[in-house]
Amino acid sequence: MRPVSYSRVTDVATAIATVAADPTSAYLAGGTTKIDMLRIYAEPSQRLVDINALPIDHIEVQPDGAVRIGGLARMNDVALAPVVVDRFPVLSEALLLGASAQLRNMASMGGNMLQRVRCSYFRDAEASCNKREPGTGCGALSGVNRGHAVLGTSPHCIATHPSDAAVALVALDAMIHVQNSAGHHAVAIDDFFLLPGDTPEREHPLNHGDLITAIEVPALPAARNSLYLKVRDRESYEFALASAACALTVEDGVIAEVRLALGGVATKPWRARKAEHVLRGAPATRETFARAAAAEMADAVPQPMNAFKIELAQRTMIRALETLTARGAAS
Amino acid sequence: MTTAIGRPLDRVDGHAKVTGAGRYSAEIALPGLAHAVLVTSRIPSGRVELIDTYDAERAEGVLAVLHHLNLPKGGSVPPLLPSLFGAAASGQTFFPMQDEVIHYAGQHLAMVVAETLDQAEHAARLVRITYQETASITTVEQGRERAYEAEKIFAGFIPGRITRGDAAAALDRAQVTVENSYYCAANHHNPIECSATTAVWEGDRLTLYDATQGPNATLHTVAELLNVMPSHIRVVTNYVGGSFGCKAMIWDHPALAALAARAVHRPVRLALSREQMFSSVGHREEQEQRLTLGADRDGRLTAIRHHKLSPTSHFDDWAEPSLGVASQMYACPNYEGVYNLIKANTMTPTFTRCPGEASGMFVMETAMDELAERLDLDPLELRLRNYAETEPMTGHPWSSKGLRDCYRRGAELARWSERDPRPGTVRDGNWLLGWGMASSGYPVTPPGNPQRARARIFADGSAVVQSSFSDIGTGSATAMTQVAADGLGVPLERMRIQYGDSDLPNTAAAVGSAGAGMVSAAVHIAATALRDQLIAQAVADEHSPLHGTDPRQVAVSDGRMALRDRPGTGETYAELLQRAFMADAEALGTWNPPGMDTPYGTMTFGAQFAQVAVDPDLGLCRVRQLIGVFDPGRVLNRKTAHSQLMGGMLWGMSHALLEGTIMGPDGRWANASLGEYLVPVNADAPDVVVETIETTDTVVNPLGVKGVGEVGMVGTAAAIANAIWHATGRRHHRLPITIESLM
Repeated sequence: MRPVSYSRVTDVATAIATVAADPTSAYLAGGTTKIDMLRIYAEPSQRLVDINALPIDHIEVQPDGAVRIGGLARMNDVALAPVVVDRFPVLSEALLLGASAQLRNMASMGGNMLQRVRCSYFRDAEASCNKREPGTGCGALSGVNRGHAVLGTSPHCIATHPSDAAVALVALDAMIHVQNSAGHHAVAIDDFFLLPGDTPEREHPLNHGDLITAIEVPALPAARNSLYLKVRDRESYEFALASAACALTVEDGVIAEVRLALGGVATKPWRARKAEHVLRGAPATRETFARAAAAEMADAVPQPMNAFKIELAQRTMIRALETLTARGAAS
Repeated sequence: MTTAIGRPLDRVDGHAKVTGAGRYSAEIALPGLAHAVLVTSRIPSGRVELIDTYDAERAEGVLAVLHHLNLPKGGSVPPLLPSLFGAAASGQTFFPMQDEVIHYAGQHLAMVVAETLDQAEHAARLVRITYQETASITTVEQGRERAYEAEKIFAGFIPGRITRGDAAAALDRAQVTVENSYYCAANHHNPIECSATTAVWEGDRLTLYDATQGPNATLHTVAELLNVMPSHIRVVTNYVGGSFGCKAMIWDHPALAALAARAVHRPVRLALSREQMFSSVGHREEQEQRLTLGADRDGRLTAIRHHKLSPTSHFDDWAEPSLGVASQMYACPNYEGVYNLIKANTMTPTFTRCPGEASGMFVMETAMDELAERLDLDPLELRLRNYAETEPMTGHPWSSKGLRDCYRRGAELARWSERDPRPGTVRDGNWLLGWGMASSGYPVTPPGNPQRARARIFADGSAVVQSSFSDIGTGSATAMTQVAADGLGVPLERMRIQYGDSDLPNTAAAVGSAGAGMVSAAVHIAATALRDQLIAQAVADEHSPLHGTDPRQVAVSDGRMALRDRPGTGETYAELLQRAFMADAEALGTWNPPGMDTPYGTMTFGAQFAQVAVDPDLGLCRVRQLIGVFDPGRVLNRKTAHSQLMGGMLWGMSHALLEGTIMGPDGRWANASLGEYLVPVNADAPDVVVETIETTDTVVNPLGVKGVGEVGMVGTAAAIANAIWHATGRRHHRLPITIESLM
């Protein structure tokens, strides 16, 4: 492992000042990705600033029904918080279907938003990768790409965004709260995740030293009837080949409110707006669901090993919508 | 007389393992210990044009950077010989860092030695190698045109072509034929403990702490590689964190650790990284098999033609013997088996749990299921109609065979008779349910050399039995304690087993499911020899209550010798020894195994049943239940034997549904990590039912132990694939069976 220095801070202002002052530094939260990345030389930081003692790990209900999740709240704590389980089951499920219990106890929500892709060419420090080293090419395009994206890809990068939680949060229109030396601002989560385009190295609009202090999930009554469906090779501790975060209300057989986002198939947590457009106001039938799913995947671009994901993503969306429709009818 | 053998005794090393007190080979703390890290080839074929070590040599803590230009040359590479023979057992006939030629990606090109592991890892990243790359072949698909029929495989022990009768003519005449091609992805072993060696020189004497299945295999191999006298090497293997075949043969890293230690004049630890485990200790080769079954309308097999095609290294003609057990499972007069090979840019493949049996029986048992379907016969009935009463290749009798009982009991547990034979008829919500079965078998192979153990009793009546074998996590040390206690006639708590050290009496490597059988033979013989020696001493001792009695009438229990018909007449070992002013007594036991030409078929048999649930929309397959019934001969410890069989069955499930190492277009393994190479997690584990049918076997070894290490995996993949067919109506001929093939 490359030599790194380490320090620990206890307040937000010092944390930001410390990291902002040194371009070779980085925040260290749960460390469940960062340390791995350092060990495999896919991460250049030379100085780690441990922020685990910062008081930004609370889960708070706002007067308007929104839930504010501290940037350092741990995945398991959020997943098991009663307010999350009751009002946003999709988020609770997405968290619990991610990683392993041990990792969820360590990993922070802010870190989850910033986790790096699992693409083996990105993680191999000597392979070509435009995300790790802009201009070197994309090893995955001609390589082993079964797990790669079919939506939101570019000729420069096809790496799949790995987060489950972020998919649920994209469906829920969450806001990412950011603090830096200039002050505080919030970014809509769908704008927080960037498509690779010509700049796959740029994954989000944060500048060096910006700190995610909270994730705010606005109130959404429809989210009480929501779920996260994750399809993967094994039952646990594995990334999605396709997943769907979905919230749905049906009135008189017609879809009233719907939120749908996809994981495992896109270069960012993918809000399925085309599908939502087809669904909203349409009869809650399998035919509608299939049409919506097909519309969402119409522009998908397969790679040699992952064409099945286009079909799998549609079936995943249909299953999620059918399950929620059946649940809604039963309640 | 048996009191300890068979009992579900807890592991004697369990406490040390779970508390961390047990020191594995990469945890040996020694003063002045330095750390070696390997630098490996990025390319699969070519040469090292330039190796630039300038920065690495100047990095903090670096003691040496060794490579083909400065590594002291050693002795010669011994031939490929399975470590069951007890001699040198090189994993491949190639030793790295001797010239600039690159034969495969991951080949060891340099070694950095530094004060700490972190320093060595960092400096290894600073070694810059310029390559001259040449064209490569790394897959079956790329090498198909260059395939050749092997003269011999498996270190020369198995001919490349095996026949009985006339398969071609019989297939022409067959009333029914089933013919298919099958594909199995490459596999890697992935034990939790990566291979590691800690090397210490004291003058010209070498001690190696090595994670190995055979301390003596390491000793002899390193002796030849380094041209050091075997008497000057000691190999210690305190604990091994699993192996599954990757520590069965001896690869280059123990010798490299010794060379590094010699170069820096300090003890050196060389631990492979997880990624390096994919290209340093062999693998189960990618393979294609083509199987044709011919049968009459009653389902009696008339012909089997079974061809295999797989890549091997440039140095060795190796293929796992996928045809073996499949050729011995059923009575069939005509047979043709052929191994075809491709010279490829990979290392030599090696033993991987059920080497050949798992892949070959996946093919055979899937085909049998298809044949049953074609004939409208129950799959179990088809197998019974082809039951091999004698070993089909030789006509020899079986040393023991409980397969009929395994089928019967397995079918009972699986409620097989209630199964609707039509596929796709049982639904549970989004899941289609299916039941499948397969036969299982694993050969019982004797070691090639005499097996030894020493039993020693002290004047207080406590005893120790010593033998060099290593316990690779199977529980063999626990089982041997039981065998030793019973043989000598002392309570378990007074018996200690000492093992994992080449200075102890010689045994072959614990490989091929043979460890329990061969070591128990030596331990039993040593313990009973000591018992008989002490009885003889008592009978000859005029102060003993047993003086002048018939030694054959003396039995020992709880450390006390007594007449069988007058238990009141006798004395303890302790009394006998103390009276004679003897601090201890000891005896050596040697077991001379039967030769390979013993006129018996020897195999552990079993029957496997699987219940699966398949969600065909989402391509998901969940195994709900596995049932395995086996006939392993005598069971030494019910708990550890059960665990071995269950572990094998879970390996079989993993083989069926998850495991596959993918060769990238750049000629490197593309998923060389536990994040990308999937093995089951607890959430994948089904209900696993394991039962054993105890059979008496007087041929294989003194205690009649046939072995449980691998047979649990044989047939599992086919039982699952057959259950998937029963659930969905679709056949699967490729492993692993993944989501995209189930959708």
